[in-house]
Amino acid sequence: MSAVNAIARALPIPAGAGLARTLVERNARAFRHGWVTLVSGVFEPVFYLFSLGVGLGALIGDVDAGGGRMIEYAAYVAPAMMAAAAMNGAVFDSTFNLFFKLKYAKLYDSVLATPLGPRDVAVGEISWALLRGLLYSTTFLVVAAAAGVVHSWWALLALPAASLIGLAFAAIGMSVTTYLRSWQDFDYIQLALLPMFLFSATFYPLSTYDESVRWVVQVTPLYHGVAMMRDLMLGDVAWGILAHVAYLVVMGLAGLLFAARRIERLLLR
Amino acid sequence: MISAHRLTKRFGEFTAVDAIDVEVRRGEAFGFLGPNGAGKSSTMRMIGCVSPPTDGSLRILGLDPATDGPAIRARLGVVPQRDTLDEELTVRENILVYGRYFGLSRAHVRAKADELLEFAQLTERANSVVEPLSGGMKRRLTIARSLVNDPELLLLDEPTTGLDPQARHVLWDRLFRLKRSGVTLVLTTHYMDEAEQLCDRLVVMDGGRIVAEGSPRELIALHSTREVLELRFAADDHAPYAAKVTDLAERVEVLPDRLLLYTDDGDATAAAVQRRGLQPLSVLARRSTLEDVFLHLTGRTLVD
Ligand SMILES: Nc1ncnc2c1ncn2[C@@H]1O[C@H](COP(=O)(O)OP(=O)(O)OP(=O)(O)O)[C@@H](O)[C@H]1O
Ligand SMILES: [Mg+2]
Repeated sequence: MSAVNAIARALPIPAGAGLARTLVERNARAFRHGWVTLVSGVFEPVFYLFSLGVGLGALIGDVDAGGGRMIEYAAYVAPAMMAAAAMNGAVFDSTFNLFFKLKYAKLYDSVLATPLGPRDVAVGEISWALLRGLLYSTTFLVVAAAAGVVHSWWALLALPAASLIGLAFAAIGMSVTTYLRSWQDFDYIQLALLPMFLFSATFYPLSTYDESVRWVVQVTPLYHGVAMMRDLMLGDVAWGILAHVAYLVVMGLAGLLFAARRIERLLLR
Repeated sequence: MISAHRLTKRFGEFTAVDAIDVEVRRGEAFGFLGPNGAGKSSTMRMIGCVSPPTDGSLRILGLDPATDGPAIRARLGVVPQRDTLDEELTVRENILVYGRYFGLSRAHVRAKADELLEFAQLTERANSVVEPLSGGMKRRLTIARSLVNDPELLLLDEPTTGLDPQARHVLWDRLFRLKRSGVTLVLTTHYMDEAEQLCDRLVVMDGGRIVAEGSPRELIALHSTREVLELRFAADDHAPYAAKVTDLAERVEVLPDRLLLYTDDGDATAAAVQRRGLQPLSVLARRSTLEDVFLHLTGRTLVD
């Protein structure tokens, strides 16, 4: 967890004490009392893989993975499911859970009375979301490998890649959550997530779209997550992947800072 | 310990704390007394470094909250007005986890938790979840939790509000012990008896300002008389009776349900009232309290 503290210290604003790990510890303890949510996080992408990849894949047959290389549809869609699961898990953790702690449990009122600052809260909560995400993505990767749809050792890098997607979405999710007033407002989040899930070149290649609309897809974060993940899991790695990584890193760090600022604004009045 | 100069807190246009000056010395018990909305909690939150002052200067433990917030908070214990216990954790875990927020080692907080559970008389409930605890137990747990880092300065915002009399006395006893062990206490309260019992020095706040300052004795001596005679008449309006006794006391206050006669000898004044042929329903001579001081200073009662 020293990496967490290093991140916490490296960010200039707002205040923190480098104790974000203690919040992760707190969440782990609370989690022991309610581990059921874990199950859905683990199984959701697995279900998608089998229904869409294997089931639908039987109708579709092999697809062109780029450059004329033909692979079975399940192998094509698996990376996208992993990326989408990383997004969903991170968003769920950083929106529902955070909203509850912020508005009802008033958890941070007591946390901020200790040396911890808003930055620690942001870093701690996002780290926790990432840890859970890592559990989900590891399970998924194991299942996907067992199902024979993973074709390259590069796929091991899919785990940190999933964490990166998680970071980007958890940070944004947290920032957005600080603006929500009631549970109804969560519908807006779903409204943003669903089209992204469906249209981010998840189920078919970007080239399916007309040139004139491709840029719309390319500015959304999940597109970069899916593209990065697909390159890794299909072993199709080139320098271009760094563009996706950079996009997600910037989104994650900017979101983290912004979330910390918002928490400061909300709670330290 | 605390040094505030023209300390001000505004929420938008509204001024909750209006340029107050406060000095708290090491080892003393200092009180903020005042009615609802006086600005007590706003002041406490500024001292607790969770609310930046709008204006004025504030130094706590010789440090500036604006730049040294975490360092100051590491040495404070905070009991907020409303309990902010972690309902997802057990009683014991609440103390453990809170201690970890201070960067204390696991071994240290484990030992500390046992000691504090004992102190708060919650050892039997250590593994219970927090939610079903009674109000008094939750309050004791909040106080126990605030002591996990052995604070030099303990901030208590209405520590005993909502507790039954017995629970209040247990708490007072605990606070006395802390004070004897050298902890500086800063507390807010609505209750005069609490302030008289616990505070070496206090300020009376009203509408964001400090209207009086001193030890409980001094304040009573300065703003009230030694004794007070309370008279209740069988009438809806007590004002007409006030005119008939005004010369018998230094001062007469008219409350909706009674008259207060400020005098140095309550029994003698009571006798004089009888001689006038007035027939009050009830007569009570009592020692003067901070409530009387407050009434005199603001023209209002603190509670009820
Ligand atoms: N976050 C806030 N935003 C706007 N106004 C606030 C805020 N916090 C407090 N106030 C206002 O400031 C005033 C002082 O509030 P404060 O809580 O400090 O009073 P108090 O003396 O603690 O009262 P009580 O005895 O009821 O706890 C009140 O009028 C309150 O409405
Ligand atoms: Mg208050």
